[in-house]
Amino acid sequence: MNKYILGAIVLSAMITFLLRALPFLLFKEKELPEWLKKIEKKLPMTIMAVLIVYCLKDLRTQMTTLFFPCFLACLTVVFTYKWKKNTFLSIILSTVVYMIFIRL
Amino acid sequence: MKNKEIIKKAFKQSIPIMCSYLFVSIAYGIMMNEAGFAWYVALLVSFLIYTGAFQFLLITLLSVGASLLTIGVTALLMNSRQLFYSLSFIDIFNKMKQKWYMIFTMTDETYAVNCNLEKQNKEEVMFYVAFFSRSYWLIGTVLGAVLGNLIPFDLTGIDFCMTALFIIIFMDQLEKNKDHFPAIVGVITAIICLVVFGTQNFMLPSLIISSMVLLVKQGGTGYE
Repeated sequence: MNKYILGAIVLSAMITFLLRALPFLLFKEKELPEWLKKIEKKLPMTIMAVLIVYCLKDLRTQMTTLFFPCFLACLTVVFTYKWKKNTFLSIILSTVVYMIFIRL
Repeated sequence: MKNKEIIKKAFKQSIPIMCSYLFVSIAYGIMMNEAGFAWYVALLVSFLIYTGAFQFLLITLLSVGASLLTIGVTALLMNSRQLFYSLSFIDIFNKMKQKWYMIFTMTDETYAVNCNLEKQNKEEVMFYVAFFSRSYWLIGTVLGAVLGNLIPFDLTGIDFCMTALFIIIFMDQLEKNKDHFPAIVGVITAIICLVVFGTQNFMLPSLIISSMVLLVKQGGTGYE
């Protein structure tokens, strides 16, 4: 491992950590600002919505091959979870559906 | 709850993360190996940086000898979304004695799981979820880098378990909250940003724009 590689790794690590820590450094001692308090409770829902789109992002470039596996697997999650309320059952079933249909 | 029960509960919560992280980190180890890096370099990256997509991109950046400036800016842009995850946990992490560990180990997946925990012993469970998840990531990295292509199964697609978990958490959130506006804003903004900015760059604009919409909404008609 040469200096360049080590330097690149350490630099990336520092930037990534600073990004994770920034809100804690900014709002250290004092109370959270009013505007932040107001959306703080709403933000998780928005972020989850964005994360789901993130998981399905490859549909944008591989619509033809991924549409049916994604569609069927998502349907499986939604319906089995509505029906049984069992997280593991829904995860296992939908993942199996996905893994089968991307191979067809 | 006793410590043993807390660990058990945290482990259960972390199982979907295990499926996803082992699979993805083994793939990462294999790719590092194929790019000619020793296993301990792969481990060092996973140990110090610990973020999915950027670690993969870093392989390419290092292989072509990209400048430190390029690498730094890429890290900044790709990982800025972490800011948003930390925002939701300022109060809770500030109360914890493992505060800096929690900050360091926040990822897309642990964020999602943490959002969905019950109140009872929440902090302890969060700590162990973070610890387990990080362990999976490190173990997978070494496995992939050392064993490489000896792994005989084709596990392509197993990372859908994370998508499934996200959808379940989202469904729970929809049920718990009467106000679905934040969810709708998130979905619409993310899809538009995905189309406009492409798969690599859409996360940060999505988060910024949707937060701004929430802010404007609460300034106008207002949230209680």
